[in-house]
Amino acid sequence: MAEIGILHYLIVAALLFILGVIGVLTRRNVVIVLMSIELILNAVNLNLVAFSRMWGLHGQVFSIFVITDAAAEAAVGLGILIAFFRNKETVNVDEVDLMKW
Amino acid sequence: MPDFITGYLSSNKTPGEYGSVFWSLVYIFLIFLGLSVAVIAMNWLERKILAHMQVRLGPMRVGPHGLLQPIADAVKLLIKEDITPSAADRWVFWIAPVFVVITAFTVFIVVPFGPQHAVTDMNIGVLFMLGISSLSVLGVVMAGWASNSHYPLLGALRAGAQMVSYEIAMGLAVVSAVLMTSLDKDGTGTMSMIGIVQAQQAQQTWFVFKFFPLGLIAFVIFAIAMVAETNRVPFDLPEAEGELGAGFHTEYSGFRWSLFFLAEYSAMIAVSSIAVTMWLGGWLRPFPHALSGETWDTIFSLVPGVIFLFLAALSFRATARMSKHPYFKFQKLGLGAFGLLLALIGIVLFISTDAIDIRGKVQDVFWFTAKVAVFMYLYIWYRGTFPRYRFDQLMKVGWKVLLPLGIAVLILTAIGGIIF
Amino acid sequence: MLSGIAVLGGILVITRRNAVHSALALILTLLSVAGLYLMLYAPFVAGVQIILYAGGIMVLFLFVIMLVNLEKSQKEEQFNKIWLIGLLGALGLGALFVGVFVRSARSSNDIFFQLLRRPLVAFADESNTQAVGQMLYQNYLFAFEIASLLLLVAIIGAVVMAKKRIN
Repeated sequence: MAEIGILHYLIVAALLFILGVIGVLTRRNVVIVLMSIELILNAVNLNLVAFSRMWGLHGQVFSIFVITDAAAEAAVGLGILIAFFRNKETVNVDEVDLMKW
Repeated sequence: MPDFITGYLSSNKTPGEYGSVFWSLVYIFLIFLGLSVAVIAMNWLERKILAHMQVRLGPMRVGPHGLLQPIADAVKLLIKEDITPSAADRWVFWIAPVFVVITAFTVFIVVPFGPQHAVTDMNIGVLFMLGISSLSVLGVVMAGWASNSHYPLLGALRAGAQMVSYEIAMGLAVVSAVLMTSLDKDGTGTMSMIGIVQAQQAQQTWFVFKFFPLGLIAFVIFAIAMVAETNRVPFDLPEAEGELGAGFHTEYSGFRWSLFFLAEYSAMIAVSSIAVTMWLGGWLRPFPHALSGETWDTIFSLVPGVIFLFLAALSFRATARMSKHPYFKFQKLGLGAFGLLLALIGIVLFISTDAIDIRGKVQDVFWFTAKVAVFMYLYIWYRGTFPRYRFDQLMKVGWKVLLPLGIAVLILTAIGGIIF
Repeated sequence: MLSGIAVLGGILVITRRNAVHSALALILTLLSVAGLYLMLYAPFVAGVQIILYAGGIMVLFLFVIMLVNLEKSQKEEQFNKIWLIGLLGALGLGALFVGVFVRSARSSNDIFFQLLRRPLVAFADESNTQAVGQMLYQNYLFAFEIASLLLLVAIIGAVVMAKKRIN
């Protein structure tokens, strides 16, 4: 596999990315949408770490930052979800329409 | 004997380093065996020691002085009916005990019983251990949710919140210990567990005594956090029998409950092993440098045999003091045989000829096990002595006391490392 | 094989009706991705992934799922009204990816080809953590500080938003 190198990992990362995008675009449950966002971030991380195999350690360092960011964003997103859930007892994305005209 | 078996025996590495699958499996099997024996012994010891602390006798009927009690418990649990609540989520209910047991046992891959006696010495051993402990939280939360009833869910959420809070304090204490490994001459630290013990050997001081009192405070933070992490008294509100009806494992019965039980005691042994490795010098004997030299080495190497002979003497004394009623014949025989077995092990541990050096080989594993056994006794002592923390007090201690203390110890250790 | 498990986990995440099952599938995906990191000679990132992602973020998700768990949400329709368009969009993205990969495998003066044909860097096995740490604290120090500030802001934000209103 020395000739192909990291192509295998890039394909897996692309697949995970596509699955995450499908999840974000098609699911109704807010929590599952947030989890699909985590899937997308993981795919990006995998891509970064795979490329760092060729270009030095910068990819790994940046992927640590991405993981940290994902944690912060998950916390804030779930906080928003809880705050919204208190007002309207639903986790359906279609019903987040308080500001619709 | 084929080469892949004997080739390892002459090398001086851990099986993972040497790359031998066969010997790794042998080590894993030995760890399983040792853990099972340890959990059984812990069960008996806990009931007896708690009983003696409460001025009563504990189990005395099943076998001499209750020695066969754990076996009776195990048989009872295995033949109990395996009930699955009808409203429970079948997959999650099934997988939760398995998950908890897997995470409890996986930590033992990196625990070093000696300089070459770890299954594999990962370069990121400490990170691996912290990660697996955080996975055990998931198992607990899954167990509580899968039971689909109020008490287990509340217990599981409380247990999960408690474990996550004290994980942070644990991590900070561990980081300050790892920091201390970098304070030797060439200035690079290591996160491998064997490396930490070797750093303690090279710096000639157990980390608990380093930069006094910083090492001690870090050790105490880890000791408190590990008791909270394994949900034991005084932090056992999630599984308190009086308040929550056994918490997150209420709905489990029979074999599944015994898996939780096994996982709890294995987790206790695992975090104690980690505490011993990081602060108390792993497999090093007491005073490796203050009292060094051939004579002291020999004296300390006699200790395992002496301890086993002492235990044998205790069991012989108990046999002699047993009632003379004819119904006690089998119990006397049993206890006498047990005492004989212990004496035999003690005598075997004295052997140190040139051909078979049992005394020398057993040293590392023995001192490690002895230190872990001290921790187990401490766990049982806490259970007999402390009242239970209320949940908000528990969280307050975790976040407002241990966390700032951990950060302070870390900063002070770093400053101490720069100055000295 | 690890990649197969990762992709299977991903498929399970987006298709399960029960949110807890999705969360467990995501844990499976995260753990297999950590395994893939180990195969890519990145043990530190693998360790961080297990501690933070699988052990921290997923616990957060499970807590919130249990807090907002409604029987109603499981009986509702679980896919959007516009699911077909979403699927087509994602498949279009997939076609784009496939195009990039095919181009990189074929012609030799393409930039994509150069991208994937560099020789692999030989990593020293024992000191990955030390090297990452050095890079983190020397080249990326500012980003490190900003990341800690970001986490502080996230903590404050999450606490403020999830607090109970005392009226």
